[in-house]
Amino acid sequence: MRHNIQLFDQPLDPALARQQVEDPSCGGVVLFVGNVRNATQGKEVLRLEFESYRPMALREMEKIAIESLERFRIHKMSIHHRLGTLQIGESAVIIAVSAPHRKAAFKACAYAIDTLKETVPIWKKEIFSDGEVWVAATP
Amino acid sequence: MKLKVMAFGIARDILGSAEVDFDLPENSKVGDLKEHLLKQFPAFAGLRHLAVAVNCEYAEDEVIFNAMDEVVIIPPVSGG
Repeated sequence: MRHNIQLFDQPLDPALARQQVEDPSCGGVVLFVGNVRNATQGKEVLRLEFESYRPMALREMEKIAIESLERFRIHKMSIHHRLGTLQIGESAVIIAVSAPHRKAAFKACAYAIDTLKETVPIWKKEIFSDGEVWVAATP
Repeated sequence: MKLKVMAFGIARDILGSAEVDFDLPENSKVGDLKEHLLKQFPAFAGLRHLAVAVNCEYAEDEVIFNAMDEVVIIPPVSGG
């Protein structure tokens, strides 16, 4: 299997994602880690709550990995996404890519996170001290 | 036809429930459900866009529902 797709209810482990893609044939490994920021548009965020339509999210994440493998000639890709309540600084998503050469790995990683944000049915709610809002739901 | 519809994120908040049964005419399409939703829950008009998944795939407005379909309202996603 050249891709590993998982949803986690527990903290993500970048070492696991890296280990899944590393290979003696690959000179480049790119690791993207998306963390929870402490503010949005100048407003303090207390925590984030993620939820997902899990079976479809896994399918959409798998589509991204398969497309990346075909399009960029990378060797392996792992996409791990966290769900549930996340505190500031915790990791929400990790994408690991290996390729013989770095350029393909960088391109594939950027494509994967950009596409994930557009297509994968996962939703996050920002919790503020004075309320909460579903991110990007309204214009 | 009775259609069981699941909702996540802001769509669940708008419906007030994670799962709602809708009574639609036979051979209704995805587009008909969207129209029905907008009429019954005007707050959906305030979303950036509204998608529907049928059996875990994004479905175009022309797709016709079958009785056993798993139907889910997909509001704008925000993973990552």
